[in-house]
Amino acid sequence: MNINATLIGQTLAFIIFVWFCMKFVWPPLMSAIEERQKRIADGLANADRAAKDLELAREKASDQLKDAKATANEIIESANKRKAQIIDEAKAEADAERAKIIAQGQAEIEAERNRVKEELRQQVSALALAGAEKILERSIDEAAQSDIIAKLVAEI
Amino acid sequence: MSATGEALTPQEYIQHHLTFWASGSEPSGFWTWHIDSLLFSVGLGVLFLWLFRSVGKKATTGVPGKLQCFVEMLVEFVDSSVKETFHGRNKLIAPLALTIFVWVFMMNFMDMVPVDWLPSLAQLVAGDHNQKFRVVPTADLNVTFSLALGVFILIIYYSIKVKGLSGFVKELTLQPFNVKAMIPVNFVLEFVTLIAKPISLALRLFGNLYAGELIFILIALMYGANLAIGTLGVGLQLGWLIFHILVITLQAFIFMMLTIVYLSMAHEDH
Repeated sequence: MNINATLIGQTLAFIIFVWFCMKFVWPPLMSAIEERQKRIADGLANADRAAKDLELAREKASDQLKDAKATANEIIESANKRKAQIIDEAKAEADAERAKIIAQGQAEIEAERNRVKEELRQQVSALALAGAEKILERSIDEAAQSDIIAKLVAEI
Repeated sequence: MSATGEALTPQEYIQHHLTFWASGSEPSGFWTWHIDSLLFSVGLGVLFLWLFRSVGKKATTGVPGKLQCFVEMLVEFVDSSVKETFHGRNKLIAPLALTIFVWVFMMNFMDMVPVDWLPSLAQLVAGDHNQKFRVVPTADLNVTFSLALGVFILIIYYSIKVKGLSGFVKELTLQPFNVKAMIPVNFVLEFVTLIAKPISLALRLFGNLYAGELIFILIALMYGANLAIGTLGVGLQLGWLIFHILVITLQAFIFMMLTIVYLSMAHEDH
């Protein structure tokens, strides 16, 4: 039970151990622990951020979907409008074309009729002239009666 | 009951178990060394430092292994104990607390080894039936006092460092009665308070472990009586062992905690 030199040796050993622990044992262990704590904290923060990002992305996606639907509706509507317009235009154009063709036909018919009329008139006048010639062959001078014939021709 | 081969009386047996392997021809003088205490305390200290150092060197910040987990758990536990009690900034206190806790625990743990094993082995190695060998360093008053002495030096060092010499002297003389005439009374009171810190630290640890060792020795004595008492001894030893696990851990924790408390008191400026 007596106090002796062991006390001194033991105190020295104690001091050396504490010093060694402070210099070489504590810092690496503590830095490893702190580093890991930092990494875990970072990981948790990242997970939180990712969850938030996901939420945002979901919202964005639904927004875009809504937009896309609206745009599609718009496009369909304008296409329908355009279709009606094209049909109307085509109708109008076709009507105009038909009217033109009809008018042209009528004009051609008119011209033909006029021409035929003229031709007939010439032929009738020639016939009438020939008939009159035949009738008046002996007595009537052609030159003297030509004004009468011209009057007849004009009357046909 | 003992490996001496000769029949020992119970008194001799106990006496034998409670005697240190001391150096020198004059075992009662101051300049003798308790070789067994020094051997085990230094050996266990080196084991502790080597183990923690090797874990610290290989410490990964990723997924730690089981040993690293265990070491980190201890470090975390000590660190949080220090942070709860000590609010200043001091790089020494946490490693000091870790050293005290683990080292004291390991030295206490030597009490778990059956009382005759290591002494018998030492007698076998030395070839001397009378070889003295005590394996629990903390049951040596020198060891506990040297730990307390180290803490005491730090208490005084930090008291003077933080408060200055005059502050330290004022703390010793102007409390609790702040009157000039009461200075001697104050000094006596405060000095006793100061001195009581290391003495209580050392004696608490020593007393617990010495008593624990003594009870193990007494239980070991029962094996030599007869079969019935020997059988009873087995149960008693097991019971005391299980209870003692609590005691050695608690004593290591108390020593560490009180060290932290005393040092944080030394840092407080009134």
